[in-house]
Amino acid sequence: MTKEKENGVREIAFPGQILGSKSEYLPSSGTYEDNGNIVSKYLGILVKSGNYISVVPLAGVYVPKPGDHVIGIVTAVEKVGWVVDINSPWEAFLSLSEGVEEFIDLKRVLLNRYYDEGDVIYAQILSAKRGDVQLTMKGPAFKKLREGVLVKITPSKVPRLIGKEGSMINLIKEKTKTMIRVGQNGIVWISGEKIDKAIMAIKKIDEKSHIYGLTDEITKLLSDKDG
Amino acid sequence: MLRANYILKLLEKNERIDGRKLDEFRQINIEKNIIEKAEGSARVKIGKTDVIAGIKMEIETPFPDTPNEGMLKTNAEFAPIAHPDFLPGPPSEDATELARVVDRGIRESNSIDLEKLCLVEGQKVWGVFIDIHIINHDGNLIDASSLASLIALMNTRIPKYEDEKIIRGEYIGKLPMLHTPINVTVSKILDKYVVDLTKEEEDVLDAWLSVAVREDGYICSMQKGGAKGLNVKNIDEMINLAAKKSKELRKLL
Amino acid sequence: MAKIKGIELIKDGKRLDGRKPLQIRDVEMKVGIIPNANGSAMVRFGKTIAVAAVYGPRLLLPKHLQEGDKAIIQCRYNMAPFSTDDRVKPGSSRREIEISKVIRQAFEPVLFLENYPKTTIDIYIEIIQADGSTRVTSINAASLALADAGVPMKDLVVALSGGKINGTLILDLNGLEDNNSEADMPMAFTANKKEITLLQMDGELKQEEIKKLMTEMFKAGEEIYKMQIKALKDRYSE
Repeated sequence: MTKEKENGVREIAFPGQILGSKSEYLPSSGTYEDNGNIVSKYLGILVKSGNYISVVPLAGVYVPKPGDHVIGIVTAVEKVGWVVDINSPWEAFLSLSEGVEEFIDLKRVLLNRYYDEGDVIYAQILSAKRGDVQLTMKGPAFKKLREGVLVKITPSKVPRLIGKEGSMINLIKEKTKTMIRVGQNGIVWISGEKIDKAIMAIKKIDEKSHIYGLTDEITKLLSDKDG
Repeated sequence: MLRANYILKLLEKNERIDGRKLDEFRQINIEKNIIEKAEGSARVKIGKTDVIAGIKMEIETPFPDTPNEGMLKTNAEFAPIAHPDFLPGPPSEDATELARVVDRGIRESNSIDLEKLCLVEGQKVWGVFIDIHIINHDGNLIDASSLASLIALMNTRIPKYEDEKIIRGEYIGKLPMLHTPINVTVSKILDKYVVDLTKEEEDVLDAWLSVAVREDGYICSMQKGGAKGLNVKNIDEMINLAAKKSKELRKLL
Repeated sequence: MAKIKGIELIKDGKRLDGRKPLQIRDVEMKVGIIPNANGSAMVRFGKTIAVAAVYGPRLLLPKHLQEGDKAIIQCRYNMAPFSTDDRVKPGSSRREIEISKVIRQAFEPVLFLENYPKTTIDIYIEIIQADGSTRVTSINAASLALADAGVPMKDLVVALSGGKINGTLILDLNGLEDNNSEADMPMAFTANKKEITLLQMDGELKQEEIKKLMTEMFKAGEEIYKMQIKALKDRYSE
């Protein structure tokens, strides 16, 4: 992409738009190939990075991919695991063996002791095939999130919220004295001091991801008055 | 699924599972006036597809915008007797489309001289009701139903109407017909044009175009269906084939 | 609307609303008008106004309707009771059921349905005011609403009607023309490849006339396509 301008709107691509030919560019996410052309699948932000050309959708539902880190809400406790809402067309399932490390005697222990209905968890997508989504809690980062507030953003805008090497999210954390965890499914968990201010900034990024100079705008927003 | 692949494999070689050519209809069998109670009727069998069209005539109040014209109404029912996929209940989306496509072919070609069906302007006209009943579904319901409807209309007699009463069984003459539209549905499977598909062939089609062709060569209605698109060349070639086949089918009238 | 016998719809090369035969009406398009929907749009052709909302992809229930390897499209085209001269009775008429089906099929070839197994993409269309060419106006609105919803598409779908009045080929029929035309031919196609995804025709046309009309419809479709692109970009102009 060309250098960020001071202000103005980033280049918007639309479905069916021919973005270039395969001889010039390499197709990346949000595009498909047709007769040697790279064509946009989405209404989204056009990104050219090196030889790669991609389109970041401005809207759309979350489609789980193995390895994604997501924030979900437990909606049901079942006999051998938990049903989790991951802000996607499909429910996810966290099985007993992926959810709890220790041995559990199902005859003696109720599963809601580990995760109960309404609990918020930070988990990883283990697999996602034909609408069957499995989660895992294995790994040090994955756990139940206590307290805090949840905010939803457009899933495709998660990278924008995080920023280059975490620049944007770190800026918000620092200025609002909060802890923030961002799920790739568009659910954001916030805990700490100035939660309302952090939400404001996150919402702004969600709405204005298509404009240049967003970092400056967020800095300004967070510095207003007492910050 | 294996059979679907086999159908496609054969088509690549311009062959069909029942040995027909791509532009060949199955055997067509026509019976006229099979239902005594109806003012007109016909049963058309195309291969294993079996359709009955019955015409009933009733006294109706005309539509306000056509006070001196008779009325035409077409209804189709996929009776559950005809196929395991047909379930009891209100007309399905496909049945509704079938009725409307048949209706438009007949209506838009001005087949029936509706002005001759006016009894008292603005108050009383004859209503012509086409009811299509599918007896067995083995594909190509549109062509079979259109043909059955047209033949039934051509054999319809107008009942006697006396002292505000319809005298069933006594007739004053034939339904006045002006034109005879023949409907031919051409399907595209892979890059082939095929007519008169069986049900299992329909399950693998890409797109279809139904074309009603009048005796004077005018096209009077078209409907595209199927999950894939068609380009202009496809449409042109499909109309050509429909026009050609309509001449053959016309000989059956 | 009344059918008028012997009405002269074209005088001195102009239609009764002042348009030239191949001129389309004043068109307005706006994207993102229903905040609750995943995507939405309003499209107006003259007095015909269609509003489309897209919900989904979302899990399809009941389960037995699901397709294990792709999404299905569900579409409902509905006319508001106040949209015409005589009140439209609420509830789906046979006409509305058929139009819903052909609109659904107009989009089946362009969506990447295989990305969303077991789900439905719901397209809901309300005709707020009807003055001819409602199904094609709906398709333009649905095309924009799908793009707005972030549903992956191979291409935008452009639609318009063509027809014949007093022996002259015309584009974008209004209600009066629709009711009194010699032929009426709605068509939808993909913007780039001109793949026809909806085609219907009622009336009397020679095959040559159908060809000629299609050529003119593709030409006018370019204008409609540009308007769709502008409406999509305007959604994110600031």
